[in-house]
Amino acid sequence: MRETGFKKKASMLITMMLAGGMLLAGCGNSGGGSSTAPTSSGNSSSNQAAGDTIKVGVLHSLSGTMAISETSVKDAELLAIEEINAAGGVLGKKIEPVIEDGASDWPTFAEKAKKLLQKDKVAVIFGGWTSASRKAMLPVVEENKGLLFYPVQYEGLEASPNIFYTGAAPNQQIVPAVSWLLKNKGKKFYLLGSDYVFPRTANKIIKAQLAAEGGEMVGEEYTPLGHTNYSTIISKIKQAKPDVIFNTLNGDSNVAFFKQLKDAGITNKDLTVMSVSIAEEEIRGIGAEPLVGHLAAWNYFQTTDLPKNKEFVQKYKAKYGKDRVTDDPIEAGYFGVYLWAEAVKKAGTTDVDKVKEASKGIEFEAPEGLVKIDGENQHTYKMVRIGEIQPDGQFKELWNSDKPVKPDPFLKNYEWAKNLK
Amino acid sequence: MVQLFNGLSFSSILLLIALGLAITFGLMNVINMAHGELIMIGAYSAYMTQIMFSNYLPKSLFDFYFVLALPVAFLTAALTGWILEWALVRHLYGRPLDSLLATWGVSLVLQQLARTVFGAPNVAVMAPDWLNGGLEVMAGVVFPYKRLFILAIAAAAVLGMYLYLYKTAPGRRMQAVMQNRAMAACLGISTRKVDSWSFAMGSGIAGLAGCAITLLGPIGPSIGTYYIIDAFMVVVLGGVGKLSGTLAGALGIGILNTLFEYGTTATLGKVLVFLVIIVFLQWRPAGLVQVKTRVLD
Repeated sequence: MRETGFKKKASMLITMMLAGGMLLAGCGNSGGGSSTAPTSSGNSSSNQAAGDTIKVGVLHSLSGTMAISETSVKDAELLAIEEINAAGGVLGKKIEPVIEDGASDWPTFAEKAKKLLQKDKVAVIFGGWTSASRKAMLPVVEENKGLLFYPVQYEGLEASPNIFYTGAAPNQQIVPAVSWLLKNKGKKFYLLGSDYVFPRTANKIIKAQLAAEGGEMVGEEYTPLGHTNYSTIISKIKQAKPDVIFNTLNGDSNVAFFKQLKDAGITNKDLTVMSVSIAEEEIRGIGAEPLVGHLAAWNYFQTTDLPKNKEFVQKYKAKYGKDRVTDDPIEAGYFGVYLWAEAVKKAGTTDVDKVKEASKGIEFEAPEGLVKIDGENQHTYKMVRIGEIQPDGQFKELWNSDKPVKPDPFLKNYEWAKNLK
Repeated sequence: MVQLFNGLSFSSILLLIALGLAITFGLMNVINMAHGELIMIGAYSAYMTQIMFSNYLPKSLFDFYFVLALPVAFLTAALTGWILEWALVRHLYGRPLDSLLATWGVSLVLQQLARTVFGAPNVAVMAPDWLNGGLEVMAGVVFPYKRLFILAIAAAAVLGMYLYLYKTAPGRRMQAVMQNRAMAACLGISTRKVDSWSFAMGSGIAGLAGCAITLLGPIGPSIGTYYIIDAFMVVVLGGVGKLSGTLAGALGIGILNTLFEYGTTATLGKVLVFLVIIVFLQWRPAGLVQVKTRVLD
């Protein structure tokens, strides 16, 4: 009796347990950061020093799943602060960074941003990576009349008066990449992405552009974050015979996808994979081998051949180690600090409204080339580059836009984008 | 044809990760939430073996590291499982809910430990050269060697477990204990020893699975959580406590999942599989293969 009784109970128990298991898996994916030990948090000094320093917030995920990408951006921002201080600081004062850990958890980003603005009274926050973290900080900086410099390429369709965007808008990465592919690689596109806001928005834009510029979409697939079994999707890709896979997968899935693509016998000679979320830092984690010959679109590569960049790479490596690499968001984080400092110098104060006013049209010779803040939408003029991944994990530049491209987050200058939103 | 192979190869992965669970959960009735972390330990063992080979041994031997990685992963995970059983699980036999919570805690601890030791970023295991590429059966139809290799490992593991359970003395003792603990104890079997032995076996197979999946994707501290749900699903669908059930469960879920995914999308495919399983369990709560028990009702 006990035994069969148990069997009946077992199914009930199992249902419960599975629910628990899914919860656990959920934790692993998104909230993983909450269980990790906090690393450095506020190191603000006492208030009496406030007279001689200008406090700025540096808010990135230093723990949790995003730490892999964001820690290096934090490092770049601290490098810029150190350099500015060594050159005398701004307005005769030293910049004092207050470092906070967003822990890969969006509510934490909002909370820490609030703390930085209200308690530490920072003049500006440099931070964020995922769109979710930006969207969490947006209302906080708007309510508290703060400033946020956001360093990562994103899906566009946003412009907050309190945020400066130093990463690419879609017309500075995705749109030119699609045009280039149509011209050089073929008309048939397969869209593959992780299932969340960036890939879905990006693919909406790409579909509209393909329709307008004579391309053809032969497939569209989204997989959950962390998905690792791509054999079926690869079969579908084989059947659809695309010329190009436009890859907006994020994180771990890229490793599995590229490994399995190679195992299925598909190389860059059969089709081209264009990625927009894989930079030098990620290649280091994936291993360059399965990626060789595929493409990525960014504004900056470590190999970008400019004197200013050579100096930047050398300084970054000297400070953080020979085996470290620089990449696009790292560079955008770095020059963001400089742009802000320039604006403050011009305004003569750290007052947010005056800095914003002064920032219009401010230029800076960044490692990627000349960057300029667009007075209209507070995005940045940037160079666009397409590179091919080499066996050493670096990019060989195949194409660039010759001159910095004006940011157009709402794609107003494109007829085909009218109905997007 | 390709789909069938995809399904079969997905099934083989499911089977490998579920086999260990079939012992600890299916036979011993311990809900081991740390099973996923034992998989992770196996994966990191493979990674460590690779590092050892590339750092300390001549380059010509590197291609053979994976052969050694398999037993290393098995033994490391088995040892961890043995310690886990000795320190924690044995105090919780017959209390499934308590063991669920306690092992869940262990799983979080192990994940954090891995994060501390190996760092949060994923590490890559390089497949040896002889596993790169694939067998071209027809024009355009390629069976990757890695998948075939995993299929072979899974088959070997099932065969090995079958032989162990049905042909060897310790295996038979294990079965006896599972079927009727009191009677087995009366007949002079040390149930304590059998318990810890079985748990270590199940853990070891999890390590083996971990080693195999390094061929497919990234290794990270939370790698186990991606697979644990599927593993439980396989054991539950197959029928708790039967080797053949696990086999049937893995085949069923693997092939269904691949077919659904092919017809719809990755996310929807998974949802459909879960729906089918839920409906099926309503109809046959004991799963595909039911156990005949010797305990009187």
